[in-house]
Amino acid sequence: MTSPAKSTWAGVLRTPVGAGAAGLLAAVLLLAVLAPLLWSDQASAVDTGRILEGPSGEHWMGTDGLGRDIFFRVLVATGLSVGLALLATAVGVGAGLLLGTAPMLLGRRAGRLVTAVVNIAVAFPGLLLALFFAVVFGVGATGAVLAIGFALAPAFARLAQTLVAKVAGLDYVAAARIAGLGRLRLLVRHVLPNIAEPLVVNATIAAGAALLTFSGLSFLGLGVQAPLYDWGRLLGDGLSSLYVHPAAALAPGTAVVVAGLAFNLFGEAIAKGIGMRTTPVLLRPRVRSAPAARPAVTGEQEPVLAVDDLRVAFPGSTPVRGVSFALRRGEAVGIVGESGSGKTLTALALAQLIEEPGEVSADRLDFLGRPLLDLPARERRHLLGTSFAMVFQDPMTSFNPTQRIGRQLAEVSEQHDGLTRGQALDRAVDRLQAVRVPAAARRAKQFPHEFSGGMRQRAMIGMGMMGAPALIVADEPTTALDVTVQRQVLRLLDSVRTADDVALLLISHDITVVRQFCERVLVMYAGRIVEDLPAADLPARARHPYTRALLAAVPDMSTDRERPLAVIPGRPVDPADVPRGCAFAARCPLADEQCTSADPPLVPDEDGRRVACWHADAVTGLPLVAEEVRVGE
Amino acid sequence: MSELTFEGVSVRFGGRRHGLTAVDGVDLTVPGGSVVGLVGESGSGKSTLARAAVGLAPLHAGRILLDGEPVRRGRRSRPALQMVFQDPYSSLDPRMTIGDSIAEATPRRGPARRAEVTRLLDLVGLGADRARAYPGQLSGGQCQRVALARALAGDPRVLIADEITSALDVSIQGAVLNLVREVQRELRLSLLFISHDLAVVRYVSDFIAVMYLGRIVEYGPAEAVLTDPSHPYTRELLAAVSEPVSTGEADPALRAVADVEPADPHAPPPGCRFHPRCPVGPAVLDGRDLCRESEPVPQGHRHLAACHFAAGR
Repeated sequence: MTSPAKSTWAGVLRTPVGAGAAGLLAAVLLLAVLAPLLWSDQASAVDTGRILEGPSGEHWMGTDGLGRDIFFRVLVATGLSVGLALLATAVGVGAGLLLGTAPMLLGRRAGRLVTAVVNIAVAFPGLLLALFFAVVFGVGATGAVLAIGFALAPAFARLAQTLVAKVAGLDYVAAARIAGLGRLRLLVRHVLPNIAEPLVVNATIAAGAALLTFSGLSFLGLGVQAPLYDWGRLLGDGLSSLYVHPAAALAPGTAVVVAGLAFNLFGEAIAKGIGMRTTPVLLRPRVRSAPAARPAVTGEQEPVLAVDDLRVAFPGSTPVRGVSFALRRGEAVGIVGESGSGKTLTALALAQLIEEPGEVSADRLDFLGRPLLDLPARERRHLLGTSFAMVFQDPMTSFNPTQRIGRQLAEVSEQHDGLTRGQALDRAVDRLQAVRVPAAARRAKQFPHEFSGGMRQRAMIGMGMMGAPALIVADEPTTALDVTVQRQVLRLLDSVRTADDVALLLISHDITVVRQFCERVLVMYAGRIVEDLPAADLPARARHPYTRALLAAVPDMSTDRERPLAVIPGRPVDPADVPRGCAFAARCPLADEQCTSADPPLVPDEDGRRVACWHADAVTGLPLVAEEVRVGE
Repeated sequence: MSELTFEGVSVRFGGRRHGLTAVDGVDLTVPGGSVVGLVGESGSGKSTLARAAVGLAPLHAGRILLDGEPVRRGRRSRPALQMVFQDPYSSLDPRMTIGDSIAEATPRRGPARRAEVTRLLDLVGLGADRARAYPGQLSGGQCQRVALARALAGDPRVLIADEITSALDVSIQGAVLNLVREVQRELRLSLLFISHDLAVVRYVSDFIAVMYLGRIVEYGPAEAVLTDPSHPYTRELLAAVSEPVSTGEADPALRAVADVEPADPHAPPPGCRFHPRCPVGPAVLDGRDLCRESEPVPQGHRHLAACHFAAGR
């Protein structure tokens, strides 16, 4: 079994930039080691007969003031240039790490002092520090190494400090601390390995910077002294005769650029490789046009939302596999499912928020009678902007933290209804009042962070009500809230629904909440609806084994405390690997051969309830709590 | 069997002026071999109380006693209190195999250590072959089992479980709850079980403590607290899990109280901390100004409730 980090490094090498940078860096390092061994003699061979000659077949880059071959001198100088840069980086990283980890090792008071020192040091520009130290340590290679090293240290210390603080706050470090591990062992075993990646990346980039700075110091005469030579000194020598003999300056210049690029590109490539795991790029949705629409289902009343065979596909997996349902005006419907069941993706697909590379398709996706997937983008935006409201789980991330709440609400009306700024703001205050935000006029001027979680969620609902919504989709709106606040938000949603006849789609993992709040419940498993029934029929008349298992597995206020909870064996289905047949078969006590070979269709009964199970009729006979208790997953 | 006692425990964060008293003078006892469920909303200080018990948060005042002795902590002494955390993924070092994580917490050395890891993995229902897996290769429920095994590795006398099921899928949650109960009964551990979910707490606990803004407002045997809640906050918590959501109260005063924002822990209200939100408090009923002025102390004949009008409502 490999550690998760290894695949990242391998992944970096597979990208063209990563492979190129790694190759270049390897070449530079190889040259740094071999060139001084192979060509030192050629580089120092004095030929007074051929002083300051231009490039020729014999001397590719010409000769210098003593007739020495510049090409070989540049090659040999790689050793000293790169070597000293790496040495300086090592000094910088070492000092930075010491300073950065000191707060954790020394405890609170001494740690604060170190932090303050680092904070002050970071404020000085690196080159200024380098020049200062160069004067302090004296002119020469040693002085320059120390100067550049110490100039790098503050930035590195700050980085290490931040990373250490982040990891030190995690639970596994707390657990190790409870177990009695000392500070040094905590640092070495748990903290350093987990911050190594970003540190290595920054050290690589810092090496590039050190190389450039070192060349600069040598060029100024503060670095390497004769008879030693590095690229900076060669550049300085060559520059004096730039107009007569440009190759003498260009060759070391090019070498500095190439080596600097090698370090920086490699660092950037790794950083990108590591970053890719955490920050996916959000793009506007691209919607594949739907297949020809089927004739509309006839009914006495046109539904607010009609969905038929909705699919959401990503490369390699199809997390939503054919979802069909309809919502009437003023109806409250809940979608219940575990993580990975596709319930959130269904909601995002309805709101046209599926990001690249996801694709949405449906036989029918009609909102207020208009096919969402076929509308021109402008019309679709207008329709959704005015009649569709979405409430997300985390209201902190759904508001812009730098804008006042009132402004953000007003923007909706300015965009879609063409109200003036003042009118829109008045409406925003009015809507905030409608969602029972106390002192709405004052609070409209506040920023999102000044709102509590429950209040933010109210403001989010208020934002949805800036238009005249016909449908509110609420994706886990109360999961981040406390039970009492959760009730306030649900009550508010319910009053909005009944007052304006708005249809409501509540998505939740919590079957208890959905039961308390909704008229109808859709149970999702592995990207499909497996059961659709009135909330009042729960728990007694649930027919799908998964629904029944879910009800039995969650304790409520009447659960028998003396008996173990029923357990659903196995794990939820991985959307990338949905088995043949019924997706629940592997965890189902009733599964037989038919279940593993064919996926049961979602069949309606005479009361309009739907269930997708080959054995739906056998299920109601089963006890709600499984007799046999299985430990293990 | 060991008894864990909190005596007037306070935990403060930050400076004198902008500080926050997360836990304010809490007295709480976890009787030996029994389970005390601690409920409350986020910001009520329940997790801070737990962290204080294991030494992760500094005590501002009060004492934490184990069988009457102050809890001793040090590099050499065996940790008598262990804790299981909420997030199964962040509570395990992603760079260490789970076997190493568990081994680190056992006091044993040498070959006995391997055997101990196997025994513990077996105890929490995972195969010994899993010892070489990394946390990233396990499901959330399995990680939580590993975290439990690691906590048990130190042979603790008291276990603290802080929201251990709230990050898990519902179908997995039941298995972890069963396991915790089984282990607790088998090893006769004292357990402080923290959760915001009253139904989960009811299922696991022998005693229930309800916390609000840094104070314990009600404490007693589980059955007594649930069937005869004395504090209005407890009654509200119970209503939230058992009654259907309705559009709201007809009485505007009651409705206003029901919509009040939770109090800011940085500036707790004077008097009874629950009074701005209390449906039987001064905002709704006349003549209850006492709640604004003086803070009630826990009292009661069957179980403790910190409310001036606990008996009369």
